[in-house]
Amino acid sequence: MGAVLRIVACGSVDDGKSTLIGRLLADTDSVPLDHLEQARHLRRGGSVVPAGEIDYSLITDGLAAEHEQGITIDVAYRYSDLPGGRRLVIADAPGHDQYGANMAVAASTADLAVLLVDAELGVRPGTYRHLAVCVTMGVRSVVVAVNKLDAVGYDQAVFDRLAEQVRTVARDLGAEEVHVVPVSAVGGDNVAFASPNMPWHDGPTLLDVLVRWRPGARRRSVETRLPVQYVIRGDRFRGPAGTVVGAALSRGDEVSVAGSGVVTTIRRVVGPDGDLDRAEPGTPVTVELADDVDVRRGDLLTGRQAPPPSTELLATVVWTGARPFDSGGDYLMLAGPRVVSATVTGPHGLLDVRNGRTTSAETLSVNDIGTVTVTTASPVFVDSYADSRDTGCFLLVDRLTKDTVAAGMVVAPQHPGDVVPQDYAVDRASRERLKGQRAKVLWLTGLSGAGKSTIADAVERRLRALGVHTYVLDGDNVRGGLNADLGFAPGDRAENVRRVAEVARLMLDAGLVVVVALVSPFRADRAAARALFAPEDFVEVWVDTPLAECVRRDPKGLYAKANAGVLATMTGIGQDYEPPTAAEVVLDGTASTAASVARLTAIVTDRG
Amino acid sequence: MSAPTQQTTLDRLESEAIHIFREVAGEFDRPVILFSGGKDSTLLVHLAIKAFWPAPVPFPLLHVDTGHNFDEVIEFRDEVVAQHGLRLEVAKVQDWIDDGRLQERPDGTRNPLQTVPLLDSITSHKYDAVFGGGRRDEERARAKERIFSLRNAFGQWEPRRQRPELWNLYNGRHRAGEHVRVFPLSNWTELDVWNYIEREGIELPSIYYSHQRDVYLRDGMWLTEGPWGGPRPEETVLHKTIRYRTVGDGSCTGAVESEASDIREVIAEVAASRLTERGATRADDRLSEAAMEDRKREGYF
Repeated sequence: MGAVLRIVACGSVDDGKSTLIGRLLADTDSVPLDHLEQARHLRRGGSVVPAGEIDYSLITDGLAAEHEQGITIDVAYRYSDLPGGRRLVIADAPGHDQYGANMAVAASTADLAVLLVDAELGVRPGTYRHLAVCVTMGVRSVVVAVNKLDAVGYDQAVFDRLAEQVRTVARDLGAEEVHVVPVSAVGGDNVAFASPNMPWHDGPTLLDVLVRWRPGARRRSVETRLPVQYVIRGDRFRGPAGTVVGAALSRGDEVSVAGSGVVTTIRRVVGPDGDLDRAEPGTPVTVELADDVDVRRGDLLTGRQAPPPSTELLATVVWTGARPFDSGGDYLMLAGPRVVSATVTGPHGLLDVRNGRTTSAETLSVNDIGTVTVTTASPVFVDSYADSRDTGCFLLVDRLTKDTVAAGMVVAPQHPGDVVPQDYAVDRASRERLKGQRAKVLWLTGLSGAGKSTIADAVERRLRALGVHTYVLDGDNVRGGLNADLGFAPGDRAENVRRVAEVARLMLDAGLVVVVALVSPFRADRAAARALFAPEDFVEVWVDTPLAECVRRDPKGLYAKANAGVLATMTGIGQDYEPPTAAEVVLDGTASTAASVARLTAIVTDRG
Repeated sequence: MSAPTQQTTLDRLESEAIHIFREVAGEFDRPVILFSGGKDSTLLVHLAIKAFWPAPVPFPLLHVDTGHNFDEVIEFRDEVVAQHGLRLEVAKVQDWIDDGRLQERPDGTRNPLQTVPLLDSITSHKYDAVFGGGRRDEERARAKERIFSLRNAFGQWEPRRQRPELWNLYNGRHRAGEHVRVFPLSNWTELDVWNYIEREGIELPSIYYSHQRDVYLRDGMWLTEGPWGGPRPEETVLHKTIRYRTVGDGSCTGAVESEASDIREVIAEVAASRLTERGATRADDRLSEAAMEDRKREGYF
C-alpha cells in the first residue's frame, strides 16, 4: 500500500462535483476556517444556497474567471489526510464536454476514480465520457457516487435502478472494480458520515470506500530502470542521478546502458539521506559506477532485461494542442528525460468516448484521444503503458511554440528485433513441386505506352496455355488499391516500387511466375527491388520504345495531359526515365508482341 | 504511480521535489532559487542540497529585498549562504525606488513592489527557471497552478498557455525571453512543511518561534515597529508573546499570539489551527478575493 491515495473526481456539469469535494474536505477537517468563512459569505450567480450557510462548491472553485462563469476550467489539486494516515490527493477535473484533456491530466496519476451521477438525471453522455477517459488512462477502479438522493426523496428504488445501470456501463467500458454509494453532497449524507435519511443503505460511505481501498493485482511490473536526469559532478565524484522505477536498485547490481550494450556495476547508491544498500522504486538516487562509462541525461541504466531500443511505436495520444494533429509532422518527443525528434503519423483510430469504441478519423483535435505511429530519429527505451505507467508514457511538444500538444501512452513498442520470421514446413520448393514449375519474377520497366501491359497480358495468356500458374502486377491496377495512398513524387514512386516488389516476393514464395508491369523509372528503385531477390529469380526486362512512339500511341491520353501542363510528374515529360544499364532482357517495343512473348516464355520455361 | 510500501507521505513529497530539481538542472541553462530566509524558501534550499549532494547546488539564489526586513531573518539568510557555499544575488526594492523605476506606495507596503525588481533581475541575469516555494494548499487560486508554470517574455502568467502536466513529465521547453516558474513544494501542505522541518532538523529564523515583542494592532493583525514605520498615535503598543507564521514585508506581516517556542509546539499549534497562514497573517492577500490571481497575472508569485 502506498502512503498516498490519488483519486480523480469526475462528473457532468451540475452533477454537484464541487459540492461533493467541498463536503468531503470539510467533513474530514481539511478546510481552513478562513476558507470556510469565505464560502459562507461569497455567492456566485445562480447559487441556491441560502445566505449564511456554507456553499461547499466554493471551497474548491479557484480562479476568478470561473467564479463568474460558474464552471471549472482546469484541474485543481486538494489534499486531505484519511483516517489511518494515508494522504488523499483529489484531482478535480472539469465536467464540460470540451475539456476531455483536463480529465486525462487528472486521471494520469490517479489510483481510483470517483464518478458522480445525478439521481434525478441518471446516466448521461458525460458519464460514459468520463469513464472512457479514465479507463484509457489506466484507471480501472471506480467509486460511483449517486448524488442528490435528497431530490428524489432518498428513494431506494431510484438508487438501485441507477446502481444497476451504472455498473453495467462501467463494466462495458472496461472498469474492473465498481463501488456505488448513494449520497447527498449538499446534506453530507453518506459522504463522510452515514446518512440518517437512508437507513436502507447498509454499505459504506464514500469516505469508508476511500479509506478501505487498496490497489488490486498489480500491473505487470518491469525490471529495474534508472532514467538518467542529470549527471552530478563534484570533487572527485561523478554520478548519474535519477529516480528508480520498476524494481529496486541495489549496490553491487550489474547494470547496462540501454542501447549501448555497455555493462558495469553499481558501486555506490546515494539516496536523499546518504548511502543506501538498496533503493526502492520511487527513490531519487545518485549512483557511482564501477567503470568510467559515458552516461548522460536521457540515457537509461537498466537491470539484466533492458527494454530493446524502439524507433517506431504505436501509441494512444490525448491531443492537447490548440492546432490539430499534423500527420507526418515533426514533433519533439519527451520520454522521461530522453528528448528525441519524432515524426508522427495517423490517426489510425479515434476513441469514441460515448461508447469506448474506436472509429476512424482524419485528424485529432484538442481533447481527442486516438492512436498514432511515432517514428523517432534516435532510439527510445519504453515499455507498454499497460506494463508500466512510469516508462510507458511520453509528451509530444510543438517545435515552434514549445507547447505540449499531446500526451502519449505506448500501446506497443515495435522493436525491430521483435520480428522473428516464422519457418513453415511447406516452403517455396514444395509449392513449386506441386505446380510443376519454377517461380520467377519478370520485371517489365519502360515508359508509359511502351507496351508493358500489352506484353504482360500476352505472356500470361501464353503461359496459362502451357499450364503455368501466373500473376500480373500492373502498376495502374495496384495504384487503385494497395498503393491508393501514393502519388507520383519521387518519394511516392520509390514506395510504390518497394511495395510492388515486396508483393512480388510473396508471390514468388507462393510458387508463382509473376509478371510486373511498372514504369519504375528510377534506377535506384529498381536496384532496391532487385536486391530483394536471388539473382536467378529476378529478370529485369526493359521494354525499349522511343518516347516519340509512346507519345504517338498515348493509349491513356496521359502525354496529351502532360503536354498541356496538367500532369507535371509524367515520366519522359516532367520526370526523367532512367534506362536500365544491365537489364537481362531488352525488348524492342516497336517490334511485334509475338516476338517479345516468345522470348519471355522461353525464359520462364527454362529454354531461354 | 505505484508506491513502495516503505515510503511515508513525507518521503514521497521529498522524492518528488528532488526529481523536479534534477529535471530543471538537466533541462535549463540558468536556473535560480528565490530565497528570502523564510521557511518555505529555506526548505527549498535544503531540498536542493539533497538533490545534488555530494556536489554543490549548481545554481544561485536570488532575494528580492523589500528593505522591510526582520534583522533575524537577514542574518539567518546570510548564514545559510555562507554555511553551504552558495551564491546569493540581492535585488533591493530600495534601489529601484532611489532611481525612480518604482514609487513608494501611499500605504508604505512594499510586497507588491517586488514584482518589478524580480522581473528585471530575471531579464538581466537571463534566468530561465525560477524556483519558488508556492504550495497549492495556500490559496484557492493556487490549487490549479502547474509545477512548471510558464511566464511570457513580460514575466506574465497566461492562463491559456499553461501546459497540461501528466505523470511525472514536465515540459520545460520555452521560447527565447520566456521563463518557467518551478514549484517543487506544490503538493505539500503547511503541516507537511513543518513536519519535514522537524524530521530533517532544519534551522529557521528565530522569529518563527515564540518570543517577546512590542506590537500594535492594525486591521486585526499584530504588527511591530521597524524601518517601515510604527504605530499611529491612536494605536497602542503592547508587550506580547508572539511568533510569526510567515516572514515578509514587516509593514504588513502580522504576528500571532503564541507560546510555541520549539518545533514540536509549533506543529501542535499548526495542526490545531483552522486558519491558513496567509489568511491569518498576510494583509496583502486580504486585499481582494482574487488577490493572488491578480498578482500572479502581473508576474508576482
